[in-house]
Amino acid sequence: MNGDRVNQIIDAYGGDRTSTLAMLQDIQREYNYLPREALELIARRLELPPGHVYQMATFFKAFSLSPKGEHICKVCLGTACHVKGGAIILEALEREFKVKSGSTTADGKLSVEGVRCLGACALAPIVVVDDEPHGQMSSDTSIKLVQEVVSGQVAKAPAPAEVKPAVVRAAVDLSAVPPAG
Amino acid sequence: MADLYRADVLISCLHGQSADLAPTFRQEIERRGMAGEVRVVETGCRGFCSVGPVVSIQPDGEFYVNVQPADVPEIVEETLVKGRPVQRLTYKEPTTRKSITKYDDIPFYGKQMRIVFRNTGLIDPQSIDEYIAVGGYEALGKVLTSMTPEEVIEEVKKSGLRGRGGAGFRTGRKWESTRKAKGDVKYVIANGDEGDPGAFMDRSLMEGDPHAVLEGMAIAGFAVGANQGYVYVRDEYPLAVKNLNLAIQQAHEYGLLGEDILGSGFAFDIGIVRGAGAFVCGESSALMQSLEGKVGEPRSKHVHATDRGLWDRPSCLNNVETLANIPVIMLRGAEWFASIGTENSKGTKGFCLVGKIRNPGLIEVPMGMTLKEIIYDIGGGPPRGRKVKAVQTGGPSGGCIPTSRLDLAVDYETLSQAGSMMGSGGMIALDDRTCMVDISRFFLEFLKDESCGKCAPCREGIKRMLEILTAISNGDAKMGDIDTLETLAKTVQAASLCGLGKSAPNPVLSTLQYFRQEYEQHITEKFCPSGVCRSLVAYVVVDDKCKGCGLCIKVCSQESIAGSAKQPHVIDQATCIQCGACFDACRFDAIQVIPRSQVELLPKQEVHA
Amino acid sequence: MPKIKSLDELRNLRSQLKQEIKARTETSTTITVGMGTCGIAAGAREIMQAFLDELDRRQIDAHVVTTGCIGMCSKEPLVDIQQGDGPRITYGNLKPNMVPQIIEEHLIQGKVVSKWTVGQLAKEA
Repeated sequence: MNGDRVNQIIDAYGGDRTSTLAMLQDIQREYNYLPREALELIARRLELPPGHVYQMATFFKAFSLSPKGEHICKVCLGTACHVKGGAIILEALEREFKVKSGSTTADGKLSVEGVRCLGACALAPIVVVDDEPHGQMSSDTSIKLVQEVVSGQVAKAPAPAEVKPAVVRAAVDLSAVPPAG
Repeated sequence: MADLYRADVLISCLHGQSADLAPTFRQEIERRGMAGEVRVVETGCRGFCSVGPVVSIQPDGEFYVNVQPADVPEIVEETLVKGRPVQRLTYKEPTTRKSITKYDDIPFYGKQMRIVFRNTGLIDPQSIDEYIAVGGYEALGKVLTSMTPEEVIEEVKKSGLRGRGGAGFRTGRKWESTRKAKGDVKYVIANGDEGDPGAFMDRSLMEGDPHAVLEGMAIAGFAVGANQGYVYVRDEYPLAVKNLNLAIQQAHEYGLLGEDILGSGFAFDIGIVRGAGAFVCGESSALMQSLEGKVGEPRSKHVHATDRGLWDRPSCLNNVETLANIPVIMLRGAEWFASIGTENSKGTKGFCLVGKIRNPGLIEVPMGMTLKEIIYDIGGGPPRGRKVKAVQTGGPSGGCIPTSRLDLAVDYETLSQAGSMMGSGGMIALDDRTCMVDISRFFLEFLKDESCGKCAPCREGIKRMLEILTAISNGDAKMGDIDTLETLAKTVQAASLCGLGKSAPNPVLSTLQYFRQEYEQHITEKFCPSGVCRSLVAYVVVDDKCKGCGLCIKVCSQESIAGSAKQPHVIDQATCIQCGACFDACRFDAIQVIPRSQVELLPKQEVHA
Repeated sequence: MPKIKSLDELRNLRSQLKQEIKARTETSTTITVGMGTCGIAAGAREIMQAFLDELDRRQIDAHVVTTGCIGMCSKEPLVDIQQGDGPRITYGNLKPNMVPQIIEEHLIQGKVVSKWTVGQLAKEA
C-alpha cells in the first residue's frame, strides 16, 4: 500500500470526517480492498478511534478487508435473478473454478461473489465480470465467459452473440428448430 | 445558432452492451455523407430492457430492438437513406408475431403514461440544453418569480402527490412540516439509495433525466426554506453518479444552481453522496446517519426528521421519483395531476416489471391500473407455456399477491390491504416454477444480511424465522412450526425499531395468507411442487412424452442425462443436483418433478453416458 | 457559458434550443420528402437540405420528415406539405431553387404554388 496515495485521497476531501465513507470508497476502488494500514492512517489523520473506521469498513457491503483476485466475477442474487436461477449459476461457477463464493482462487486470478441487485433486473440473470454487466446468462455461458476473461482471451465485452437478449429473436429461432421425431 | 437536423438516431440501454453502437452509427452516417443532417444521440433507459440495445429513429419513430454494431449499415441504408423500416429488427408482438415498426404502436408503450419518465429515452441526459429545450427549469423559474413558498406547498398538497419511495407519506405535508420547523439552516435530501432487489426505476431516472431530479430539489428547497440539498445515490450505480455530477456542474454554469438563481435572490446548491451497499440506508434516519459520515443505523422516530434530521437540522427527505414529479405539477397545475389516478393515490407510478414475464422492463402507469393489465397487456404475460402464480410487489418489505387477486387496482391502500405494499416499485412476476417457501426464505436471507443489528426483534427474529423456513424447505419441519413462524412474524412486525424491521415479516405473512397449503405440503408430503426445494424433489423423464431431442442433455451441467437420439432419455439420480435446467429447457413437458421419496420406487435404469 | 439571469432569458434560450431538437417534437407544419431510391436518385437529398437551410434561415417552425417512395416516380423529387389538419399538398419535379418560393408563398402567405403541384390528398381519415 502506498501511504501517499491514501493521503491524497484524504486530502481530496479536505480531511473532513463527514467524508469518511467517500474516502473508504475511493480506497476500495484503488486497491480492490481496504488495507489495514490505510484504515489506521485514516483514523490517525481524522483523529478518529480506529474502531470507528473499522465499524464503517465492516458495516457496508461495498468494502472488503482482504485482497481480491485479478478478475472479479459477481453473480446477481437479487429477486429477479433469484427466480431466474442466479444461485444455480453461482454454484456452477463455484464448482467449475473450485472457489467458494466470497473468496479468491488459490492462484489469485479470480474472485467469485454473490451480490444483491445490480439494477438490471429485466435482463436477469445478471453476471458482472470486471465491471462489465452481462444479461440473460446461464451456467454454461457464465463459465465460458469467466474462462475467457481469466485466460486473457477477452479484454472486455464478449462476442455479442453470447449475451444477446433472447426474447424477440429466440422466438424466431425456436420456430426454426425442426420438430423432433 | 441552431443546426437543423432532419433526423435523430436515439440509442439507449447505456447499462448494457451498446457502447459500440454510437461510434458505429456516426462512422456510417459520416461515410454516407449525412453527417450534417442526421444526429446520433445517446439517451437513457427506454425501459424495454429485454430487447435492448434499442435504437429509434426520429421523427418517424422507427424502433429497432437487439441492435448490434453489425446491423448499423443496414439501418442507415434502409431507414435513413431510403426511408424504409428494417423489418428484421423491428419489435414483434409476442402473441401475434406481427411486426411493429413505430414506437407508439407497441402495446408495451401504448398503455403507459409517462410523467416522471417524460424525457428518459428522448433527450440526451448529459446535455442541459436538451433538458431546457423540452421545458426544463421553467417550473423553477415560475416558482421563483411568481409564487411564495406557501403557495408552492399548497399546490403540492392539492396535487395529492405521495412519497414514491415506499410508505406513501403525503409530500405536501412533509414540506409544510419542514417549512414550519424552527431553525435557519434546513436541508433537502433526495433518496436515490434504491436498495430493493428487483427495482431500478431510480437508476433509470437519475441516469436518464438527472436535471428533473435537481429541478425538483431546488423547488423543494425554495418551498421548505433550504439552501442546501444532497442526493444520496447507491454506489452500485456509477452512471447515475456520473450524470448527476455532470448535471450539477452544468446547472451551475447556467446559474440555475448557486447564488441568486434567475435573479430571484434564492440560493441553492446540491451535493452528491454515494452509499456503500447497505439496504437499511434507504430508511430515512439511517440514510441521514450515513450522510453525516457515520454507520447507517436507524434511530427512534419520536422526533421527526422534518424537525431534527441531518446534523439535527430540519430535513426534508423525498425519493428521487417523487421529486421528478414536482416540475410537472408546478407547470401543469395540481388539478391536472390530481385528475390522474385514484381517490387517494394520484399521478403515475414507475414499476420495474421483471421476473417470469415476456416483456420485462421499466414502465410508468397511472395509479389505479389493475395488476392484470400491467402483467398481461404491458408485460405480455408469462413466457411460453407457463402460468403466473403470484406477483411480488414492494421488495423485501412487500408481499406476494396471488393470481386470483390480479384484478386489484394498483394504489397505496389497495396493495397494503392485500398484504403487500407499493414500495419503491419492484414488481416481480412469479410462475409455477417459483416456490413460495423459497421466495420467503430468499427475502429473509436478504433481510438477515441487511438487518443493522441495532434492535433485537429484527436482528434475532429474522434469524429464527429463517431457521424455520430453511427447515421447511429441507423437509425437517413439523406442522406446529408454521404457527411458531406466524407468531414470530407478528412479534417482529410489532416490536422492531424502524420500517425495515416492521415490514420484514411481510413476505412471510403474505405467502402464508395465500399459499399456506404449499407450506403444509412441504411438511406433510415432503414435496415441493415447484421443484425448487432440492432436498424434496427429483426430476425424471416421462418416457411417452420424451421425443429424444437431446436438448436436456445439452443443458445439463452435471452430464447426468443420457440417451440416444429419438429414444427416451434417462436422468441419473445419483449425480443429478436438481437444478431444473432440463425441466425449463424441455419443449415437450417430458420432464416431471416428483417427491424425492419416490426415487427408490423408480424402476432401475441403466445410464449410458 | 453565460449565466441565465431571469425567467425571460431562460425562455429565450429555450426557444433557441427547441430548434435543435425539433426533429423530435411535432409542429403543426409537416414537410415530407420522398426519399425512396428513386427520389434520392432524382435529387431528393438536395431538396431536403434546401428545405432545412431555408427553414433555419427564416426560423420557421416546421417538421421535416422523410418517407419512402410515393409511387409517382416519374415526378420525383416529391415533397408533401401539410399544415395542421389541412389538405396534404404534393409538389413534384422539384429543384432546390424552387424551395425558397414554396416556403415564401405556401408557408408564409398561405398560397399553394399550384403550378408545381402534382396532386392534393384530403386528410386521411
